[in-house]
Amino acid sequence: MPDTLIKIENLKTYFPVKKSILSKKLFVRAVDDVTMEIPRGSTFAVVGESGSGKTTLARSVLRLIEPTSGKIFFDGSEILRLKGKDLLDVRRKMQIVFQDPYNSLHPRKLIKNIIGEGMKIHFKITENEIRDKISAVLKEVGLRDEHMFRYPHEFSGGQRQRIAFARAIVLKPKFIVLDEPTSALDVSVQAMVLKMLKDIRAQEDLTYMFITHNLSLVDYIADRVAVMYVGEVVEMGEKNTVFNHPSHPYTDLLMASNPIPDPKFQREKRLLKGEIPSSVNPPSGCRFHNRCPHADQKCASQAPEMREHAPGHFVRCHYPL
Amino acid sequence: MELRGKLLDVSGLKVSFYTYRGVIKALDGVELWMDSGERLGVVGETGCGKSVTSLAVMRLIEQPGEIQAGKVIFNGKSLLELSEENMNRVRGIEMSMIFQEPRSSLNPVMKVGYQIGEAIAKSKKMPIKKTYPEVREMLKLVGLDPDRVMNSYPHELSGGMSQRVMIGMGLATHPKLLIADEPTSALDVTIQAQILELLDELARKMGNAVMLITHDMGVVAEFCDKVMVMYAGNSVEYASTVELFERPLHPYTGGLLLAVPRVGRTDELKAIKGTVPDLVDPPSGCRFHPRCPRVMEICKENRPPLVQVEPGHFVACYLYGNEGEVKENA
Repeated sequence: MPDTLIKIENLKTYFPVKKSILSKKLFVRAVDDVTMEIPRGSTFAVVGESGSGKTTLARSVLRLIEPTSGKIFFDGSEILRLKGKDLLDVRRKMQIVFQDPYNSLHPRKLIKNIIGEGMKIHFKITENEIRDKISAVLKEVGLRDEHMFRYPHEFSGGQRQRIAFARAIVLKPKFIVLDEPTSALDVSVQAMVLKMLKDIRAQEDLTYMFITHNLSLVDYIADRVAVMYVGEVVEMGEKNTVFNHPSHPYTDLLMASNPIPDPKFQREKRLLKGEIPSSVNPPSGCRFHNRCPHADQKCASQAPEMREHAPGHFVRCHYPL
Repeated sequence: MELRGKLLDVSGLKVSFYTYRGVIKALDGVELWMDSGERLGVVGETGCGKSVTSLAVMRLIEQPGEIQAGKVIFNGKSLLELSEENMNRVRGIEMSMIFQEPRSSLNPVMKVGYQIGEAIAKSKKMPIKKTYPEVREMLKLVGLDPDRVMNSYPHELSGGMSQRVMIGMGLATHPKLLIADEPTSALDVTIQAQILELLDELARKMGNAVMLITHDMGVVAEFCDKVMVMYAGNSVEYASTVELFERPLHPYTGGLLLAVPRVGRTDELKAIKGTVPDLVDPPSGCRFHPRCPRVMEICKENRPPLVQVEPGHFVACYLYGNEGEVKENA
């Protein structure tokens, strides 16, 4: 049994939707009954299309959004019950890097203040020590000392994402959520940032939750992967198992839709028909049944449970492939 | 002058934007050509000028931008020399364009059917109401239900449906060329696959050429016959898609292909060192030279022209022995 750092049990995050006062209360079921374990020292990728709930899941795990119900364990302690000093301590150990580096850095703060702010809150250290740590972390992410005294607008997208990452790792966290960290970057820059993320994970013994819509990135960076569809995890397991033997029809069609940068690659044309349903009023039974090529009566009426299809490979489907 | 493309031939195209920071030379001698019915991919990273190229071909560059030099020969007409009135008979009729963000390209306060009807009405010089049977046909062709969509407003449609409407609008006049500027970048992969399939199917049916502007090498590989790679306002390499992916000649193209992650690829990705240059003050000579792993002395001084080094394979790079130079301010 691998050492588990993050354990999520039956997590639900619902957002109320305003309707007229007379109609019954409606909810966007952004995250609906998610259970997963993230082993220490691994990269756990969460893939899904827009509206699948992957970002809400990430933020709920960090308690940046308060979940509606469920349990989240970080290193054994249940973080939804923590308060005060204990919560502050866990907050330091769990960090996040956001998608858009143009919006996630304060435009009127110097880089040294952006990176140093967290240390002032979490550590009792002097200005000089802070300075030394900033200098060290800038070097680690591939920037230089003099960058400390500049403002975010003086940097390119890739450099900004390095700064956002420096801000996260300077607090010596154990767990970092990377929410689409490279989707705002060009491919040549993305390659550098991904490599840096991979190297630093190994050096600092970090655990990542990597949120993305890009399957190609998952193969490069992740150890395990969970595929989300309309608030639910539909398939989860070792990356190689899931990619080589996708067992949920949605995963299978998602893989078939992913463009391959090789003009000689002849794929069989299999399109996923229809569009993603609303998570306010998801389809009955299996949420994928109205788009699924294999669906029957049972799928329309009865919601499938998450089942262990093979050891460590979980699928939410009545008829796994 | 002999034309390289029977449908479209762009040569020496220069576009600058006058900003308070200085003059941005967004396009500096772009070369581009297409045959009828062909699918050309124009690829490059942010700021390489791929979108500006498409706008310049449509003559849609507005202040503070200006087309300064070059030739655009489309279907036998020299577009940059046409009067505005004649250009209006080309634009939206003989060639049309769809954009990245389908929702912001549709008019939010007009019904979808009316918006498509407008394009047909303009080309056929008839009242919009009379175009409705044709509009319904077009909607069916792009996979939408006319009864549902004709009288809808754009906010009632999803992103994928809006892009279908845009494609319908673009092809309603049976243009010879459809320019698609990142048509699927704002969409999810499963919807992207549907839209690319639709563009493919319609191009086969209607025989129009497609210029697909994208940064996604995967999309190029799936859709295009030919590829033009752009870097910092220059055309750097042109070849058939298979040839380009198999034997990239320009160091930039090679670097770009090595940086692309794909399913089944777990070896280290190789990044191109450095960043895209600032076009207010671009590097001398070849604009890629500060980042090029195989840079030579000549690259720092002279800018290599785009020349044919093998049948159908053009490259702007001194590694392949062409001694010429692009004349500045010619």
